[in-house]
Amino acid sequence: MSHAPTLNPEYVDETGRPIFHPAEEPHHPEGHSTMLGFWMYLMSDCLIFAILFAVYAVLGGNYAAGPSPKDLFDLPLVAVNTSMLLFSSITYGFAMLAMYRNRVAQTQAWLAITGLFGLCFLGIELYEFAHMIHLGATPQRSGFLSAFYILVGTHGLHVTFGCIWLVTLMVQVAQKGLIPANRRRLMCLSLFWHFLDVIWIGVFTFVYLFGMLR
Amino acid sequence: MTVEHSTSPLLGRLNWESLPFHEPILVATFAVVVIGGVGMLGLITRYKLWGYLWKEWFTTVDHKKIGIMYMILGLVMFLRGFADAVMMRLQQAMAFGGSEGYLNAHHYDQIFTAHGVIMIFFVAMPMITGLMNYLVPLQIGARDVSFPFLNNFSFWMTTMGAVLVMASLFIGEFARTGWLAYPPLSGIGYSPGVGVDYYIWALQIAGVGTTLSGINLIATIVKMRAPGMGLMKMPVFTWTSLCANVLIVASFPILTATLVLLSADRYIGTNFFTNDFGGNPMMYVNLIWIWGHPEVYILILPLFGVFSEVTSTFSGKKLFGYTSMVYATVVITILSYLVWLHHFFTMGSGASVNSFFGITTMIISIPTGAKLFNWLFTMYRGRIRFELPMMWTVAFMLTFVIGGMTGVMLAVPPADFVLHNSLFLIAHFHNVIIGGVLFGLFAAINYWWPKAFGFRLEKKWGLVSFWCWVVGFWMAFMPLYVLGFMGVTRRMRVFDDPAYQIWFVIAGVGVAIIAVGILAMLIQFAVSIIHRDKLRDETGDPWHGRTLEWATSSPPADYNFAKTPIIHDGDAWWDMKARGYERPVGGFKAIHMPANTGAGFILSVLSLIVGFALIWYMWWLAAAGFAALIGYAIFHTFNYKRDYYIPAETVQATEDARTQALAAAAATQG
Amino acid sequence: MSAEAHNEHAVTHDDHHGDDHADGHDHGTYRSYLIGFALSVVLTAIPFWLVMAGVLAPQLTGLIITGFAVVQIVVHMIFFLHMNHRSEGGWNMLALIFTLVIVVIAVAGSVWVMYHLNTNMMPTHNMQGMG
Repeated sequence: MSHAPTLNPEYVDETGRPIFHPAEEPHHPEGHSTMLGFWMYLMSDCLIFAILFAVYAVLGGNYAAGPSPKDLFDLPLVAVNTSMLLFSSITYGFAMLAMYRNRVAQTQAWLAITGLFGLCFLGIELYEFAHMIHLGATPQRSGFLSAFYILVGTHGLHVTFGCIWLVTLMVQVAQKGLIPANRRRLMCLSLFWHFLDVIWIGVFTFVYLFGMLR
Repeated sequence: MTVEHSTSPLLGRLNWESLPFHEPILVATFAVVVIGGVGMLGLITRYKLWGYLWKEWFTTVDHKKIGIMYMILGLVMFLRGFADAVMMRLQQAMAFGGSEGYLNAHHYDQIFTAHGVIMIFFVAMPMITGLMNYLVPLQIGARDVSFPFLNNFSFWMTTMGAVLVMASLFIGEFARTGWLAYPPLSGIGYSPGVGVDYYIWALQIAGVGTTLSGINLIATIVKMRAPGMGLMKMPVFTWTSLCANVLIVASFPILTATLVLLSADRYIGTNFFTNDFGGNPMMYVNLIWIWGHPEVYILILPLFGVFSEVTSTFSGKKLFGYTSMVYATVVITILSYLVWLHHFFTMGSGASVNSFFGITTMIISIPTGAKLFNWLFTMYRGRIRFELPMMWTVAFMLTFVIGGMTGVMLAVPPADFVLHNSLFLIAHFHNVIIGGVLFGLFAAINYWWPKAFGFRLEKKWGLVSFWCWVVGFWMAFMPLYVLGFMGVTRRMRVFDDPAYQIWFVIAGVGVAIIAVGILAMLIQFAVSIIHRDKLRDETGDPWHGRTLEWATSSPPADYNFAKTPIIHDGDAWWDMKARGYERPVGGFKAIHMPANTGAGFILSVLSLIVGFALIWYMWWLAAAGFAALIGYAIFHTFNYKRDYYIPAETVQATEDARTQALAAAAATQG
Repeated sequence: MSAEAHNEHAVTHDDHHGDDHADGHDHGTYRSYLIGFALSVVLTAIPFWLVMAGVLAPQLTGLIITGFAVVQIVVHMIFFLHMNHRSEGGWNMLALIFTLVIVVIAVAGSVWVMYHLNTNMMPTHNMQGMG
């Protein structure tokens, strides 16, 4: 039985015989898969939000004789909140650009501003929740409100973790500077932060704006 | 059941009444576990093994050791799950003619729930994850997985989930809801005890591990393949692992989200799956099956890979239709998201929805059928060696086809209205899960054992186990098909109609035969370990294998391959042998490796504490544990030193030892 | 072989890895971030205005703001997340497309299934209409 000549042309020596081991070991430095792995984590997170959106889509109309979106939502407040996230997105972008230029202080400054916008967003969201609960629109009141709080709350929880992570990274950058490991971490948080922004587009469109159209 | 206990600030719902002193079976089991556990801990201390276990195993980031630990976890939990099965069979064979059997309803309902949960989440999942962990890096010529620390963490999270399930046996109770815990039964109103909370947190903690290990293995397969290994040159097992892990990453988050909603209903009184205030229990059933159906393909796909490798090796031929095998796997991956409603045809979605999902279900059987033909054509005109792995594979083909056909019967909505929730369904899915997943795992264990430990498994006891399993399986589950047609529904504790009893007795005898098969398998392991010198394989390639894992020593060194191989053809090792490959004996370089860490274990223990505290409403402990968890995770990120180099001299010494062993083995054989 | 030599090797490699385009990761520039920002401001403002002012019929508004949301998500993907078909050898894009397919199946499928369940099974449903 003759062997089919399917040699990989990249790995043949001058005499046409196959090479079985590379002269230089393929190097997989620590973190070479991090960006891909983190992206896949984000995709799995995206599915969690997909399920919460599906639940909102199915239960969102079940007011159980309780308040409806029109009774509760304050669109100008939501618009302010949205702008907080949008501003934080571009400031994080500026932090990344500063990082690529190796400017530690500038990176830190933009990160700090990003964190402040994040905290503003959370503050407004908490105010909104407190206000709604004050009106009697608690998560227990109806299927609609359960679905609303879990969807918006899960997003808010993500932003909270993003803020904690951001502070951690600022400490680490202060300690070690913009070493490759820290750059990689900043890039991961960048993906995470912008990803939350994308989720928020879905939230303000399908929860708040659609809610007012009902 | 009265459950209106006061909750103390310190211990929450936990008090003396939570311990099942009134259940003699549990007390006896507990005594045995305590005596056995104390004995084992004593032995470990006596032989001063704690340091060894901690340094070499608990903190290891070596994918091979983690793989083996997953297999051990699966095996231990298998014995527990099987004990549950025996108890159910015994109860159902006895409880006729006014007899209540020997299990009360409270206990019996926990047993059928625990059996399902354990067999799927803590037997099948750890075992396939273990296999993939062990084999994928070896098959693609890598030194480890992409994220070795994460791998260790994933393993411990899975284990802590299993620990919670086991703890529920002696502290409190387990869920009495069936393995998917449908609300409103699993809601706080109908299940006020801790059972469902054990269920939720065991699955959530293990689910984190499963999702992360899925991400890890995908990244490994994408990024770490040896030079020259294009996607269409990957071994079939690696392909099926890739697809199974894609399914894991794209379906376990759905389970996580669904269980979060159920927890919210139970803990803070929201109305997602309640009957009033605009909740909808049917939504839970819908969501859990969007995860649930991909889950069954997560279980079976890697085993399809195993059967492909085994068939090809033991037929001495390249796999027939490699390309079609890959495409069939990918098609199954996508189609598995389009069939979930066939689990609840009877809920009443109406003709249009039911017929759509009925048709997609029938379509998904086509690529599976194509695979069977590929295996048959691989065997056709091959020189088949009937070693144990091949025997398990043939048994799989015969068994799985029947299970597949009864599955297609259930895919027809009108037929399903008759058979839904009957023992016919139970027989069907045991037919595919035992005949497919379990037989596949046994094939894999017999096939790769020599790779993992350097000696083969003994054949005689393996044959005893094989025949007991196959005969026992058919005897245990064929009666269930009959009973299903007679209209018997699942999860029944007592029966009135005496006509059923003979079938339950036959099924009980079948389970007894399976028990002998399991015992024979344990004996097979023990005998093989005792006679390991006689069964030793020095070549690293005892079966004349085709894929890269057989190119290295058995067991492989920490670094897997002293020099990374270059791949010219699919069936890389077969190709290398055919081209007169010679093993390199010198010129090694230092090898870059990940360093061990105890962080994964510590984080998992903290997760376990948080889970346990939440189950028992010990709010202070849950808060403290959660703070510790976050704090420790942040602390861990400040550790930047996570790798080391194996010096070239060490590699040289290890490889020299192998050169000598190979020469000695060749001399004794010649 | 000394440990120092290894470290040196690792450092040079990582430096190279830190700021290259070999794996297809895109950085963006001030300009691209500002364009993305301007676009998202516009794409956010118009839907808010449409709903708050109520200039169009609700159904039409719903359709339009859905369109705006989709466009804005694409804008964010391109200008902020720097998605392109090259990053990670195309695996990122493949993962994204696969995820979107699953998201659509899960959300649309759930809505479809639950709508039919509700129509068929809700007790408040008009019983005379059946049979």
